[in-house]
Amino acid sequence: MRLPVRRALRLGLRTRLIAAFLLVAAVSAVTTAALTYQSARSAILQQTQDQAVEQFREQIANQHFGLPPSTAALKDVSQALARAGKPRPWIVFAEYGSLRASSTMRPTSTVITDDLRSQTHANTHASFQRVVQDGTPYLTIGMPVMFDQYGHQQRSGVYLYAVMDLRPEGVTIQAMVSAAKNGALPALAVAVVPALLAARSVLRPVRDLRRAASSMGKGRLDTRIEVKGSDELADLAWTFNESAEELERSVEELQKAEARARRFASDVSHELRTPLAGMLAVTEVLDEDADGLDPDTARAVRLISAETGKLATLVEDLMEISRFDAKAAELNADEVDVAETIRKTLQGRHWEDRVVTRLPDGVRAMIDPRRFDIVVANLVGNALRHGSEPVTVRLCPSSGGGPLVVEVADSGPGIDAAVLPHIFDRFFKADAARTRSAGSGLGLAITMENVRLHGGTVSAANGLDGGAVFRVELPTGLLAAAPAQAAR
Amino acid sequence: MPRVLLIEDDPSVREGVELGLRRRGHEVLAAGTGEAGLGSLKTFLPDLVLLDLMLPGMNGVQVCRRIRETSQLPIIMLTARGDDFDVVVGLEAGADDYIVKPARTEVIEARIRAVLRRLADPAAARPGPEFHGELALDRAGLTAAKNGERLPLAPSELKLLLHLAASPEQVFSRQQLLESVWEHSYHGDARLVDACVRRLRQKLGDTSGPDAGPRYIQTVRGFGYRFGPL
Repeated sequence: MRLPVRRALRLGLRTRLIAAFLLVAAVSAVTTAALTYQSARSAILQQTQDQAVEQFREQIANQHFGLPPSTAALKDVSQALARAGKPRPWIVFAEYGSLRASSTMRPTSTVITDDLRSQTHANTHASFQRVVQDGTPYLTIGMPVMFDQYGHQQRSGVYLYAVMDLRPEGVTIQAMVSAAKNGALPALAVAVVPALLAARSVLRPVRDLRRAASSMGKGRLDTRIEVKGSDELADLAWTFNESAEELERSVEELQKAEARARRFASDVSHELRTPLAGMLAVTEVLDEDADGLDPDTARAVRLISAETGKLATLVEDLMEISRFDAKAAELNADEVDVAETIRKTLQGRHWEDRVVTRLPDGVRAMIDPRRFDIVVANLVGNALRHGSEPVTVRLCPSSGGGPLVVEVADSGPGIDAAVLPHIFDRFFKADAARTRSAGSGLGLAITMENVRLHGGTVSAANGLDGGAVFRVELPTGLLAAAPAQAAR
Repeated sequence: MPRVLLIEDDPSVREGVELGLRRRGHEVLAAGTGEAGLGSLKTFLPDLVLLDLMLPGMNGVQVCRRIRETSQLPIIMLTARGDDFDVVVGLEAGADDYIVKPARTEVIEARIRAVLRRLADPAAARPGPEFHGELALDRAGLTAAKNGERLPLAPSELKLLLHLAASPEQVFSRQQLLESVWEHSYHGDARLVDACVRRLRQKLGDTSGPDAGPRYIQTVRGFGYRFGPL
């Protein structure tokens, strides 16, 4: 379940990076467009408006009014002004008291508001207002006609209004909006590319790092990452490499130290064996002649003889363990009848009367008979020494490709729960007061190594009725190798 | 009592084993090197050679081969367990059995007796040879001949052949053969049997032909070996 979660996280990082990138791009595009639109729009309108107002004022100044004017005169003036409209033609409306005239057929406008009228009436200069009617924007300008009297500007009572259609400006502004819109979307699409590239450049080192860490976890301590560039990720890779190197160095040192310790144990056993071979060959001589010696010498001689035997066993066990440590232990498998093999083990040690067996016949397995003998003998010997009789050996044949199971149970008090995890440790003593037992202290450790060599497992537990139960499970897959082995 | 030639370079082992065997009534000649041991073969005329594998100069395997060139004298190798490769090479060179050091004298003596023991009681054996195909086996005279020509078989080879031929077509597991031919415990080293079978087949000219497997000593996969059917 760990892999999918990790994958989702990695995709998440990529998605988040791209999303952030796009968000930034979108925000900048929209903001830029909005600001540009805003200032461009007001610049265009302002310019049009200023120009129109200026023109209107100039043109009005160039007209001559006879006061009081007639409707026809007002219409003439309006038409004259309308013709001169710049930058675009406009419609001109004139008002004098209740007289109304315009440059078109309709004398009054629906666009000019009362608001503009009152402003125009109040001011001496031009007033203007933008009006939208039926979706069409208009610029309306109102201006009182003044005349000069003794250096003072006086109202003539004539008010002129110009109405200009702002649609062309509206089109221009609309074009800008679409241009901004049309530009922003491709810009966002284009932004995806650098976003992907950026995500890749960030994610690749992360992926490399993950791969390297997982490779290290699997024990390949020589894993290193290629350091590219000089950014934070490169720093991280460099730190990783340095830590890996450090780790590799310490592990190597530990392994060397361990190998040295093991070789030392192996060498010591080897060196002890040669003198022991000589001593063990003559223990019989000591035993036989001890009777003829004076009592103290006899006891000393018998002690030496007995301890030489124990020492030989210990050295043999040490040698055996050393071979497992050096991975030099070989499995000489042969297909045997398991029940018969177990019975022979018990017979060879004269344990038949002390052990209850449940051994179904006809169970054949591919095992190393010598090593299997050691396994059974160690477990039964252990049960007889530390548990109490009856000791039961049970063989459960494998069914359906399952393992072959051998159980050795005693009727003693069982094993202390605190001791159970260490029971297969070398030289482990369940009872600290008992400094030396009949065994070498390596029996169960050797048992475990032998079972492991078969690809099996051995475990210790306490049975329902209290005694200790040792359970050996051997894979039956080894049977497949039978023809090749037997053909030798 | 058998005369034993002990070839062992380590003085304490040499002296210990010599002393132990002498106490049990054996006549022992101890040699410190392979060359010295080979040199005393003609003069001492031993019944059996106890041969250490790790010797300075000429090593045990070479000594074993040299002895086998001229004689079928019983040879027991002395080895340290773990010298697994040496054991295999020594068995291929023609050794009959091996003993792991350190060993008590009673163990060494038991092996010596086992190797020297005649397989069947000669008195109970039928006089005259029995015939199996081209083979003629004389249980009383302890000889084997093929097409009338006597085969030079080492003691373990002869015993294995006689044991298998005594019950033709019966399958023996390696462990059973170890028990009855070598008098090892049931859980002995099956490589002893396999190496001996290989040597025996070679001497019988019983190597697998192009059409079938060996004729006399047949392998029964997963179970062991049997003699015949011819």
